[in-house]
Amino acid sequence: MVHDNSFSSRALDIFVYIFMFIVLAVTLMPILHVVSMSLSSSGAINRGQVGLWPVEFTTIAYNTVWAAGTVPRSFINSVYYTTLGTLINLIMTVLMAYPLSKADLPFRSFFMKMVIITMFFGGGMIPNFLLVTRLGLFNSVWALVLPGAISSMNMIIMRTFFEGHPRELEESAIIDGANDFRVLFSIILPLSKASLATIGMFYAVSHWNSWFPASIYLRDMARFPLQLILREIVINNQMAMEMAEVGLFIDHRVSAESIQYAVLVISIVPMLLIYPFAQKYFVKGAMLGSIKG
Amino acid sequence: MISRIRDYDYKYLKKRIKRSKYLLLMLLLPVTWYIIFNYIPIYGLLIAFQDFNLRLGITGSRWVGLMHFRRFFDHPFFWRLIRNTFLLNLYGLVWGFPMPIIFALLLNELRNVYFKRFVQTVSYLPHFISTVAVVGMLFMILSPSVGIVNQIISAMGGDTIHFLARAEWFRSLFIGSGIWQSMGWGAIIYLAALSGVSEEIYEAATIDGATRLQKIRHISLPSIMPTITILLIMNVGSMMSSATERVLLMQSPITFETSDVIGTFVFRMGLGMADFSFGTAVGLFNSVINLTLLFMANAFSRKILGNSLW
Repeated sequence: MVHDNSFSSRALDIFVYIFMFIVLAVTLMPILHVVSMSLSSSGAINRGQVGLWPVEFTTIAYNTVWAAGTVPRSFINSVYYTTLGTLINLIMTVLMAYPLSKADLPFRSFFMKMVIITMFFGGGMIPNFLLVTRLGLFNSVWALVLPGAISSMNMIIMRTFFEGHPRELEESAIIDGANDFRVLFSIILPLSKASLATIGMFYAVSHWNSWFPASIYLRDMARFPLQLILREIVINNQMAMEMAEVGLFIDHRVSAESIQYAVLVISIVPMLLIYPFAQKYFVKGAMLGSIKG
Repeated sequence: MISRIRDYDYKYLKKRIKRSKYLLLMLLLPVTWYIIFNYIPIYGLLIAFQDFNLRLGITGSRWVGLMHFRRFFDHPFFWRLIRNTFLLNLYGLVWGFPMPIIFALLLNELRNVYFKRFVQTVSYLPHFISTVAVVGMLFMILSPSVGIVNQIISAMGGDTIHFLARAEWFRSLFIGSGIWQSMGWGAIIYLAALSGVSEEIYEAATIDGATRLQKIRHISLPSIMPTITILLIMNVGSMMSSATERVLLMQSPITFETSDVIGTFVFRMGLGMADFSFGTAVGLFNSVINLTLLFMANAFSRKILGNSLW
């Protein structure tokens, strides 16, 4: 590229760098601050001494959260809901997307219209709630994983992936006498690992982050997912005090605020560890979705 | 003659169905799911016109016509709900919509590839943090007792502000935290469009003496214009929808003056008070408005800009 070293170009460079450093700071500082708070002593937090680095480093808040048991249990619940939910999502999405990727499927445009209508219009919150309770799913894990078993958006992205496979692959197998199920499971899916990972991660993140269905369908706190417990502790300001009292039994004093910061970090960290590796799949999916959408 | 053609079509269709029987069998499960979890709730919208009673069900409940809609129009909160929903979206559009565009255009000007990739990766990060955690961080950072913002304010001699209990702060906090979470991720589609612009066009412009600002204005911006239009249509089309879950997390009765939107009202009336018919009616009213807006925005864009969703 021809290098432009004029004054206006330099000025633009400076402006761009300043802008980018502001973006970096605004994005990272709140996270760094919350992590530091969670690792500082309750005294330092109350005196307002903690900025972007822990003061009087301690892991007492984490020990207390661990000992109180609610958060670890909800963490396990979330792992369970996410795994089960994503598995159901992938099976259902593939079963819908693969037939629809065939141009010669009978009633194809009818099925597509049926899908697209639901992207613009639906029953809304109350009829959905009444349906789920009517099906007897109240207070059960199925209320969390069945109503959202297919995201039409993801299904259409998956269909686009399938349409990209060369037809010769399948035709030779069909001539050899394999039926469509065989073709799908032993030829197409092994070739679609990257696409399945992309769509699977879209689903997994939305399960992991979801809290609203759990808040209306689950009664027992023992079944709450992590996000709901996080809301109770940090936003509704509940349970943090009781958990802080647990701290008295294992060691020494820890404030409710320390507990809140620690729970916040526990909920953020798993995604932060995964996302740098997962982001290339996400970006690919996001771009495909945008082209189609 | 016609009947012979129909007969032929019918036979041909039968042949196609037979050939695709396994594909149709595959569809059985997901199509059943679509009917149960999408079309039965649409059928359930009928309760908006009933005095719905759980015990009697849809077939047994009394029909009341448009009573629940009239109840909503006459409700003391009606105009407040319309205003709050509209303003939250309008301000969100005005502040939030240009941010990913500016970010993508400036990112495109970075010459250092590694720094560019680093900024991009960091900018995606908030997208992966759950809404509950983002709102939780907001609560902690703005907390009147230990939050760093109030500690800075009081260190400088000011009075602490309980931001989340103040109606006048709600919209700014809602939109600001929304931008924080979605700016980087929202830039992806623009960056994809920008990466499709051939390097030669920029070089030709350089040889013709164009400055970099002129190149942004006359090459980069036009190249993402179709994307901007489409996203703008979708945004205008959702002008009266509400990010109910996020508002629910951030609002409290003290801030209802600005924070109560149609979606949260539906939640409170329909599920909180178990007034199912009323909640459904309000929700239906809202989705009809949304659908109308989307069609209008699309028609407008096709006429004026020649670019549309469908």
